[in-house]
Amino acid sequence: MAVDSKTAKKIIAKRVAMELENGQLVNLGIGLPTMVANYIPENIEVTLQSENGMVGMGPTPEEGKEDKNITNAGGQYVTINKNGMFFDTALSFSLIRGGHVDVTVLGALEVDQEGNLSNWIIPGKLVPGMGGAMDLVTGAKKVIVAMQHTAKGDLKIKKKCELPLTAKGQVDMVVTELGVMVVTEKGLVLKEIHKDTTVEEVIQLTDAELIIDENLKVMDI
Amino acid sequence: MMSKVVDYSAVKPLLKDGMSLMIGGFLGCGTPEGLISLIIEMDLKDLTIICNDTSFVDKGIGRLVANGNVKKVITSHIGTNPESGRRMNEGTLEVELSPQGTLIERIRAAGSGLGGVLTPTGVGTMVEDGKQKIQLNGKDYLIEMPLKADLALVFASTVDSFGNAYYKGTTRNFNPIIALAGDKVVVEAEELVEVGKIDPEVVMTPGVLVDYIVKGED
Repeated sequence: MAVDSKTAKKIIAKRVAMELENGQLVNLGIGLPTMVANYIPENIEVTLQSENGMVGMGPTPEEGKEDKNITNAGGQYVTINKNGMFFDTALSFSLIRGGHVDVTVLGALEVDQEGNLSNWIIPGKLVPGMGGAMDLVTGAKKVIVAMQHTAKGDLKIKKKCELPLTAKGQVDMVVTELGVMVVTEKGLVLKEIHKDTTVEEVIQLTDAELIIDENLKVMDI
Repeated sequence: MMSKVVDYSAVKPLLKDGMSLMIGGFLGCGTPEGLISLIIEMDLKDLTIICNDTSFVDKGIGRLVANGNVKKVITSHIGTNPESGRRMNEGTLEVELSPQGTLIERIRAAGSGLGGVLTPTGVGTMVEDGKQKIQLNGKDYLIEMPLKADLALVFASTVDSFGNAYYKGTTRNFNPIIALAGDKVVVEAEELVEVGKIDPEVVMTPGVLVDYIVKGED
């Protein structure tokens, strides 16, 4: 299945959005995870948290209506909904570490079949830092990794992460343009695949040992 | 009572080479830019900066990194400022990374008289290196040590002349917490008002913590 990056991201964002449930507090990471907000089904209401200090984050403001005092964790201008509030970083991470955030969606450099995640450092090459990622992955009730299945041909879904970890065994679900995988005690289970791919192709593009779910479905997006 | 409101020039004697500073802001939102400019003007050297992130090259704390004022940063993220990465690789900037939630709790612990923080964040990762790990009720925690600084540089949206401070929107971030953990605290006010003009119900930082107030540039 050959799709461009833009299409792949759209597929991923759309599928992740279907995981969200009414009333949940959700943190969306920078980049692709942020796109999830655009695809939340109409009958589902969630509250978005931004770790720099708000719940009830609203959409990007119209041009000319930006408020310099209201930004998201990526430093971009956003708005706040009527039911929202602002707070300091200590309360923000009490919400995060305290298990009050229901779902966190974030990207990965690598993820493995034991639910380990690497997304904050490539030693000697790229050292952005972990920001809030370690706390989010440790504290959120459900951790969804949203990323393209491979990076320029390199396999990102591994038997074992090689890069330094962000957290150990915290990932619950991996959503890519090719399918949906769930971390279980038995290993990484392929639950859904995109209609334009095959199980063989997914296996070929995955380093981890995939357990094919007996009720394997086509992604409903 | 002596007024805490002073000119930027009166803050100069507080700022010294080699000192440790906590500075508020999240990617530049809620950073006291006037005090940053003062440090650049004084061309201070070898500062240790404790902050959420090193912002962008031309904004907030990022400007101090780019100007070479900083020897060490204790922070959670440097990825938006290429100068931080370049100087780190070159060996002229020491970078100590701390997870964001851990960093703020370490600062809060110092300012709240606590001996440290027990957090599950970082267990099983590089963050464990050199730290004590303990198990309580079957769960692993890292012991993270408190963080203090010689001086805290706070930004606030509205400040009265006693130092009571109010923060708009997401400018709050690290600001009220670092106000607890600096030996001295300087607040840069976006808007300066008389005592009594901020409803005590909405004051976010008690003025008793504040030593000096400067009026920021418009």
